[in-house]
Amino acid sequence: MALARIQVPKEAKRGELVEVRIVIQHPMETGFRRDADGKRVARNAIHSLACRYNGAEVFRATLSTGIAANPFLRFFLRAGESGDLDFWWLDDDENEGTARARLVVA
Amino acid sequence: MKRRGFLAVSLLMVPLRGKTQANAHVSTTDPLVVAITKGKDVIPGKVKLELPALAVNGHSVAMTVKVDSPMTGAEHVRAVHLISEKNPVREMATFYLGPHSGRAEVGSRIRLNGTQRMTAIAELSDGTFWSDQVAVEVREAACTDGG
Repeated sequence: MALARIQVPKEAKRGELVEVRIVIQHPMETGFRRDADGKRVARNAIHSLACRYNGAEVFRATLSTGIAANPFLRFFLRAGESGDLDFWWLDDDENEGTARARLVVA
Repeated sequence: MKRRGFLAVSLLMVPLRGKTQANAHVSTTDPLVVAITKGKDVIPGKVKLELPALAVNGHSVAMTVKVDSPMTGAEHVRAVHLISEKNPVREMATFYLGPHSGRAEVGSRIRLNGTQRMTAIAELSDGTFWSDQVAVEVREAACTDGG
């Protein structure tokens, strides 16, 4: 099960630009690395990620092994109503991950 | 032609090779670029790709890409594509944005398999493509040798 940490400002004003940061615990395995026995470690990277804010998609990304292990992403969105930021992602092993953070709009 | 005359003519030619010439640094025959642009011109400008000039190792390099856009419903950035010159997987990432983003700026940490040129191509809501390219020197490559 993948773990993630999301960072959003404690509180935002309506209409304000908000910076959202997320770090997901994931090896982003390239498929080129070999383990201690010299066997190739199969590729497994998060290839899709999306973020919904109050149910509406505000950010989407397609990623590859070119993104460093424990992928970090930083983007902006405009604060509307108080609500949840729901992240969803999928890796090559078909493992889904989700994470949620609350955005408080004053 | 006299030397002075030649000089005058060559000075007149300079503006023609200005910074906004389409496809100046993006190969439009690159299948990866064609897949993104469907053959349209890519114009240098509007995009700012920020990467360090030198990375001690390529395992995790901080990257920021910014696009000059008001990010309104009528005029915004639809997507930003990040392309590597030398990584085994050249299509590094695509970020999809919209008017709700407010600001066209995305940051991440990337792997670089050696010294290379990195390209960012932005697709705007009016259907035009803009780009930036930067060179990064990488002392220890990622991807194919180790993590």
